[in-house]
Amino acid sequence: MNEFWLLFGMAVATMATRIPVLITLSRRELPTSVRRALHYVPPAVLAAIIAPIVLLDEGKPYVALDNAMLAASLIAIFVSWRTKNLLLTIVLGMAAFLVWRALF
Amino acid sequence: MPLSPSDRKQHFLAGARDTFPLLVGAWPFGLIYGALGIASGLSPLATAAMSAVVFAGSAQFIAVSLVAAGTPVLVIALTTFVVNARHILYAATLAPQLKGLSTRWLAPLGFWLTDESFVVAAKGFEERATPHERKWYLLGSELAMFLNWQIATWVGIAAGQAIPDPASWGLEFALVVTFLGMLVPMLKGRPELISVLVAATTALLAINLPHRSGLLLAAVLGILAGLLAEKAWPRKEPA
Repeated sequence: MNEFWLLFGMAVATMATRIPVLITLSRRELPTSVRRALHYVPPAVLAAIIAPIVLLDEGKPYVALDNAMLAASLIAIFVSWRTKNLLLTIVLGMAAFLVWRALF
Repeated sequence: MPLSPSDRKQHFLAGARDTFPLLVGAWPFGLIYGALGIASGLSPLATAAMSAVVFAGSAQFIAVSLVAAGTPVLVIALTTFVVNARHILYAATLAPQLKGLSTRWLAPLGFWLTDESFVVAAKGFEERATPHERKWYLLGSELAMFLNWQIATWVGIAAGQAIPDPASWGLEFALVVTFLGMLVPMLKGRPELISVLVAATTALLAINLPHRSGLLLAAVLGILAGLLAEKAWPRKEPA
């Protein structure tokens, strides 16, 4: 692993999502179709990141009572749905995870 | 019209102040990133430098897990782009409210733009009429986030070196709950829900594709599913 090229590649990739659009669109508008598609990027990416961590174990489905991540995720989803409070969701979700893991 | 030095300071500090709750929320995140960076085999210097030159928490998390799995650099860079693509939407939303600013201002404001500062700015800009007030406000928010993230990373690196196997603590679950807390409020209608279900299912089925490319496939199919669902159930109000 060449750390210089890792950092360089990631820095360029990240800047490409943040800087050019901020500069060009302070002068003109983005097409509606592109805006519509971008609207789904955050939820789709977040879901695609989370699902395998929670529901798989070494590539195999892991739906069981002793899957503390799954149990705590369901609790976190409920807390977030009812309160929309990010900090509360993190704290209660993390607590639920640690308690569940100690119990099962 | 240029602002007086005291006005600049006032807007800058307001931006930092309004960001405070998110600074607290970023701390466990930064700590765990630092510890996992060390556990993935990255050097302490590279782990710290990534927080400084990339400055994108979720992408940094994914990257260190890919590093641990021996993924090629080019694939990590591509994945970083997809994971960060949501910033394009943030930039597109803020840009019209920063009309007339020079590239000298817009480039650094773009470099430091994160989920957190976007959320703060989307609200704070409503109370500020001119791009010049807004730029100082956004800069205050962004620099507070940036400094906070560096310090949390350094502490996490120190902890990662002191604790033998941080991954076994299950602390990566902090990433899952943080993302769930951001994701659930985004599910405002059926198209968003369908997009998320398709993306999650694809990510599960495609888990064995090389270099975690299932993540990219899942993102693309999730977006397409959302757009198709919009046609089936047109929304009543513009999002």
